[in-house]
Amino acid sequence: MAKEKEIVAPRKIKLSTSSKVFYVICYTIVTLMTIVCLVPFILLVSGSFTAENWIRFHGYGLIPGEFSLEAYKIIFKTPERIIRAYGVSIMITLIGVAIGLLLTALTAYVISRKDFKYRNALSFFFYFTTLFNGGMVSTYIYYIQYLHLKDSYLALILPMVFNVFYLLIMRTFVNNIPVALIESAKLDGAGEWRIFFTIILPLLQSGLATIGLFLALGYWNDWYNAMLYMNTEAKYPLQYMLYSIQQQAQALARIASQAGISVQDLPSSSLKMAMAVVATGPIVILYPFVQKYFVAGITIGSVKG
Amino acid sequence: MKFFKGFAEEFKRNRALFAMAAPAFILVLVMQYFPMTGLVLAFKNYRYDMGVFGSPWNGLANFRYLFASGTGWLITRNTILYNLLNLITSQLLAVLIAIFITEINNMIFKKVTQSIILLPYFISWVVVGVFVYNLFNFETGMMNGVLKAMGMDPVNMYGIPGAWPVIICLFNAWKWTGYNSVIYIAAITGVDGEIYEAASIDGATIFQRILYITLPSIRPTLVTMILLQVGRILRGDFEMFYQIVGNNGQLFNATDVIDTYVFRSLITNPDIGMTAAATFYQSVLCFVIIMVVNAVVKRIDEDYALF
Repeated sequence: MAKEKEIVAPRKIKLSTSSKVFYVICYTIVTLMTIVCLVPFILLVSGSFTAENWIRFHGYGLIPGEFSLEAYKIIFKTPERIIRAYGVSIMITLIGVAIGLLLTALTAYVISRKDFKYRNALSFFFYFTTLFNGGMVSTYIYYIQYLHLKDSYLALILPMVFNVFYLLIMRTFVNNIPVALIESAKLDGAGEWRIFFTIILPLLQSGLATIGLFLALGYWNDWYNAMLYMNTEAKYPLQYMLYSIQQQAQALARIASQAGISVQDLPSSSLKMAMAVVATGPIVILYPFVQKYFVAGITIGSVKG
Repeated sequence: MKFFKGFAEEFKRNRALFAMAAPAFILVLVMQYFPMTGLVLAFKNYRYDMGVFGSPWNGLANFRYLFASGTGWLITRNTILYNLLNLITSQLLAVLIAIFITEINNMIFKKVTQSIILLPYFISWVVVGVFVYNLFNFETGMMNGVLKAMGMDPVNMYGIPGAWPVIICLFNAWKWTGYNSVIYIAAITGVDGEIYEAASIDGATIFQRILYITLPSIRPTLVTMILLQVGRILRGDFEMFYQIVGNNGQLFNATDVIDTYVFRSLITNPDIGMTAAATFYQSVLCFVIIMVVNAVVKRIDEDYALF
């Protein structure tokens, strides 16, 4: 560490002109990119706190021209819909993550066992689905006509519960566990299931956290499966409810009637933004705490196994 | 026979492992492999009451219909052009940002900027759709607000199809630059620090270091990323296109990719045969492309092949 400082420090003092030019460009571009990534969020939050008349006249802006809490008041006046959609999303996410983690860990363990004869064939069986698939139409028809998933919560859970990309990441984590541990447990007479649940799973904590978070993000942000398969509004997950409010006039009309006002009086422009804030809030709040797991997962996933 | 004997032996020996892999195996078989057989719908006149296999065959009529109307060519062209455009812009930007971020010495600045640039990856496409509405809708969009404030006439972006490739490309880069740069940063930081030290002692300028050390270090990653994208060149990012473009019919010629076209036909006027033909053509061609590209890459340099 001390040696590194010695070498870096002098370079800092006598920066050549080309280095100076480089650092100016470097900091400028990175700062610009950061601003570009941030601006949409600022627009969203600002829009949600701006008075409806201001938006109708001046449009959305980076800072609220006229501050107002009207949109949030309407959301929290009749919060049943939001709470319901939150409930669906939380339930789908918890069940999906639990099943997904178990499936992924079990399978990753099996394909990492060198003494399992069909480990390569099995890996290929899963990998093949990334190269070739049935496509949107036949998948849709199958799920509805043969698996009867229409309007079933299973349609929100099953399509995303197992993912080859996560399987390969999990296998990397499993491969880090010394084989000697498994072998000595075997000598002690432990069965395969016991080895998996008492030795492998506890050592797989960071792998489970990483994949669990990827799965959770996928479920939380999913609206596609809901759009294809869900009919009943009470079963909509959060993101799809948000989508229906953005797109469908009747969804807005329902909010207005529940809040006891006419549609014309509904602050729909700010309400749309406020809904997006409410739906995205948990992710942005949790983000600083979970970021490192995602960075680790993305990094491992990029190294082909 | 030999296979079954070997299988029986292995099953007896590793029964527990078979049981452990069974749930995922069955799930993928039912959810992924069974629908593959539905690709035959491309050659059938699908009738709900007769099911996938009972429906009558109708040869290549579905394909003829798809391409004779010109739609087939249009959506294929759009899909390929958008993928190429997005591939080039998002990877270039990600490489650039990764190089810059690794060169930054101020740890706080580095951490904060990297976190914010990765944030869009976590945002659902629905919310991205809200952003697009916030920026470009005619009555209350921020762009028109700014134009009006400057005394100019508001612009209806939804009437200018030519603007949307740019908008889509920008939002794609917005969403993925952080994610991709994480991958490149990992490749760059994997380089032995001593190489950089040796280079500075030898008097290499910062540009020389980037050109001769950093860029070669990310080449394998870059090749892998490009290969993965090329393998998906006929697959449009449905969620992105659907949320950004929405149901603005005026824009369809400029923005329809295979996936959005198929979805719309599936939902609005279910012509199963023609849409099945489109997805069949997409799935099969994608498979052929990835196999060919991988084989070619394998011949040139085995290390760069995907599998």
